[in-house]
Amino acid sequence: MTVETTELTLPSRIDTVATAAAAVADFVGRSGISDDAAFGIDMAVREAVTNAVLHGNRQDEGKVVEIILKSSPDAVEISVHDQGPGFNPAEVPDPTAQENILKTSGRGIFFMRSFMDEVDWSIRPGGGTTVRMLKRR
Amino acid sequence: MAELNINERQAGDVTILDMSGKITIGEGSVALRTAIRRLLEEGKKRILLNLAQVSYIDSSGIGELVSSYTAIGKEGGQLKLLKLTQKLQDLLTITKLLTVFDVYENEADALNSFK
Repeated sequence: MTVETTELTLPSRIDTVATAAAAVADFVGRSGISDDAAFGIDMAVREAVTNAVLHGNRQDEGKVVEIILKSSPDAVEISVHDQGPGFNPAEVPDPTAQENILKTSGRGIFFMRSFMDEVDWSIRPGGGTTVRMLKRR
Repeated sequence: MAELNINERQAGDVTILDMSGKITIGEGSVALRTAIRRLLEEGKKRILLNLAQVSYIDSSGIGELVSSYTAIGKEGGQLKLLKLTQKLQDLLTITKLLTVFDVYENEADALNSFK
């Protein structure tokens, strides 16, 4: 098992979600991770990139989404950077709370946390948000 | 090829939408929203979504299912789901939406439930 790193820089458009998912699927396929884990990574990446495009960069095509993929013998790690104003994940309501179940949005972060082993957010020194997600083998 | 293909059938006063493809942000979610709006405009308020051939759904697609459910409910109609894949059933379970939607494995049972 070798260590592999891939970096992608993509425009802030909705179709970037599918582009990123295809690139990640290719990367994950080479990493030899299980099909179940690959499904979870795919879900999480789509949600993270959707958030970066919609809520981070607000579809401003002057801004980009950067994705870094790392595969090691222990795990697959994916970081998604946007150039938006940042947000506090602790303020995102629990979509499974009774009062939120019928809301039409707000499940993306919940899925990321459900399908990955570690998810954390950080603010970049130059601005923007990075979400780092890790799936152990 | 479209991300989501929707084929419409009528069984009595129930409209069945056979869906195949992906219900994801962008084209797939919009296709579902457009189909439901059109049915409501046509006065078709009893709707069964056959999801057997839906290979993938994201949080936007799940949001669209919820939006469809509430929009149809507001018009006095009913939206029910047929033949969930295991993956979709898992997603609806963890989001607690399986307790909201009326879900059937068998089309005849689903159609009878509208009576």
